[in-house]
Amino acid sequence: MIHLQNIHKVFNAGRPNEFAAIRGVNLTIDSLKATALKGPSGSGKTTLLSILGCMARPTSGRITLKEREITSLPERFLTDIRRKTFGFMFQQFHLIKGITAIENVMIPAYPDGEKHSVLKKRAIGLLDLLNLSHKASAKVEWLSGGEAQRIAIARALINDPDIIIADEPTAHLDTHLSGEFMEIMSRLKAQGKTLLIASHDPIVYLSDVIDRIVDMRDGMICPVDAP
Amino acid sequence: MMQRKSDIFFIYLLAGMLLAGVMVIHAGVRRHLDIPLLNQRAEIVRVLGLTDLCLFTEARYTRHPSMADMGTPFQDHPMALEHFPSGAIMPVPPHLIQRTPK
Amino acid sequence: MSAIEKQRHIIDFMLSSLWRRKGKNLSLVVVYTFVIFLLASIMFFSHAIKKEAGLILKDAPEIMVQRLVAGRQSFIPDSYADAIRKIKGVQSVSPRLWGYYYDGQNGANYTLMANDDLRDWPGDILIGKGVTLRRATATDNTIIKKNDSIPFKTYDGAYLMLKVKGILPAASALVTSDLVLVSESDFRKIFSIATDHATDLVLQVGNGKELSTIAAKITQLYPDTRPILRTEILRTYDAVFDWRAGVIIVILSGAFFAFIILAWDKATGLSAEEKREIGILKAIGWETSDILLMKFWEGAALSLSAFLMGILAAYLHIFLTASALFAPVLKGWSVLYPDFRLTPFVSPYEIAILFFLTVIPYTVATIAPSWRSATIDPDSVMRT
Repeated sequence: MIHLQNIHKVFNAGRPNEFAAIRGVNLTIDSLKATALKGPSGSGKTTLLSILGCMARPTSGRITLKEREITSLPERFLTDIRRKTFGFMFQQFHLIKGITAIENVMIPAYPDGEKHSVLKKRAIGLLDLLNLSHKASAKVEWLSGGEAQRIAIARALINDPDIIIADEPTAHLDTHLSGEFMEIMSRLKAQGKTLLIASHDPIVYLSDVIDRIVDMRDGMICPVDAP
Repeated sequence: MMQRKSDIFFIYLLAGMLLAGVMVIHAGVRRHLDIPLLNQRAEIVRVLGLTDLCLFTEARYTRHPSMADMGTPFQDHPMALEHFPSGAIMPVPPHLIQRTPK
Repeated sequence: MSAIEKQRHIIDFMLSSLWRRKGKNLSLVVVYTFVIFLLASIMFFSHAIKKEAGLILKDAPEIMVQRLVAGRQSFIPDSYADAIRKIKGVQSVSPRLWGYYYDGQNGANYTLMANDDLRDWPGDILIGKGVTLRRATATDNTIIKKNDSIPFKTYDGAYLMLKVKGILPAASALVTSDLVLVSESDFRKIFSIATDHATDLVLQVGNGKELSTIAAKITQLYPDTRPILRTEILRTYDAVFDWRAGVIIVILSGAFFAFIILAWDKATGLSAEEKREIGILKAIGWETSDILLMKFWEGAALSLSAFLMGILAAYLHIFLTASALFAPVLKGWSVLYPDFRLTPFVSPYEIAILFFLTVIPYTVATIAPSWRSATIDPDSVMRT
């Protein structure tokens, strides 16, 4: 589904603090499968994730999404594709404080100008699936860690994307909640979503849900050992 | 979250515009009703030969600004500072500031 | 999928965003509304008075001739009138007798004018509405009515009792409030002016286009005179409440600085929290243009609310409460003042100017500083 060809990503090029986060990555992500990106911090997992999710552009190399080359698409087309294809979950959740849970869930769909009642219904449906409809009108600051995590998941799903990307999703969760999270992921995979999770947590990458583990170190993918 | 916030906002703006409309209509009606009054005032001006509006009665040069000359505000003495509040509201009539002799 | 729905969504979010800091944003709207209220009040008052002056004074004397001695207005001899009458184009010259009378009992200034119609009624006067408020004694609060008498102190210290024959219509107060019309003989009893002198001369001219030529001839004939034309009288009132007038400049500067402070808060850029929020919005799929739209709506929402409320409040203030807040300044030290009930002449042009000078700059001040933040890369939140 996603094909990366010789991707390089350099930050602050030409300046004293120049830093190569990704150095020559070739990767193919298959649809309907769950892939885990594993590696220590500084290995370039997050950067690779953002490139895979069309949030950042590579310094060099080519990206193909569903047979279509997207490396040099202008911002507005790229954003449109990203909004419809990907659902993101961030390590810090990054929910918008001071507004309600359900509003947070609906926000990614605002630019598409969908009818409000339809959008709201879908959002409530998602909250239902995640057992959070009773907290729909609660301000996000009042939610527990696990509840915030599920709101973040609902937000990632609002545009019904094909691919879910999660960056260190269990970093702030205890074992029980981490297990719950992987269960939700398994349900999503069963629904036909492609999953892409970056994590150094064994509960994630050793889970049955994961079809493939990609090891990263120093901005490159480690060669796969024979199973 | 009964009413959408943007709905409330639009209703509020609409109410504002409506009131503005009422304001415009009110102004129009009042103007129309005041026409006889204005005519009456114009008539008195003509009959009595008046030259100024009676806005301020504190000082000569603010009571009859069109009749005033440059000297009147300094009537007390040449360096007199303005001490009538209306002097700060009624500026020097333009025909006194003209440099071209008549 | 529609553009309108998209705008409504963005406005929803913008309002939620504003409501989070409701104290700050509400006080912003209050101050902004007050600034508009002040500016619009001055604008409405000034325009209404100018318009009214133009309408009322359109039949004022065509030319007035004054005589100046040592830079002060002095009396004009009848001989001047005779000579001026002979100038080509002048239809008639009438001497006018008027002056100011200070009423020691209540501290008011009246304009005393000799009137031909009272020639056959010496001892009788016609007074304006403001004069009726004169108290008979220090403890008496009744107003003067028809057939009451008012004492006038003459130049030689005596008192002349004059009977009120009639009261000028209250509706004409804007021009007659302080008037006392007397017969010529009574006028000369009160003020010792020689019978062959007058305060000034009123000219009637046949052709309106000849006014300046005739005025030039008058000054040539008598260099110590100053002719004043009707056009100049009208222009005097065009300049009233002009922004250069002292008090007005103070109010305008105050309003201007208040507005700058308001806009400054927006113009100096976004807080760290606002930047972070924009980063999140970009990360979850909002484009730069969506962010800027949101900021536009933010500026527009605050501006439009404040503008509408300010204009409505100003209209109520000037035309329905007769400028209640300005009244103390307008009255000043006057003991006698007109009723400032003005006819609502409103200039849409001036309202438009006020709109462009406030709403547009404020909206721009809200959008422009966000430009930088709006264009950050979507992955910036992931990197922090």
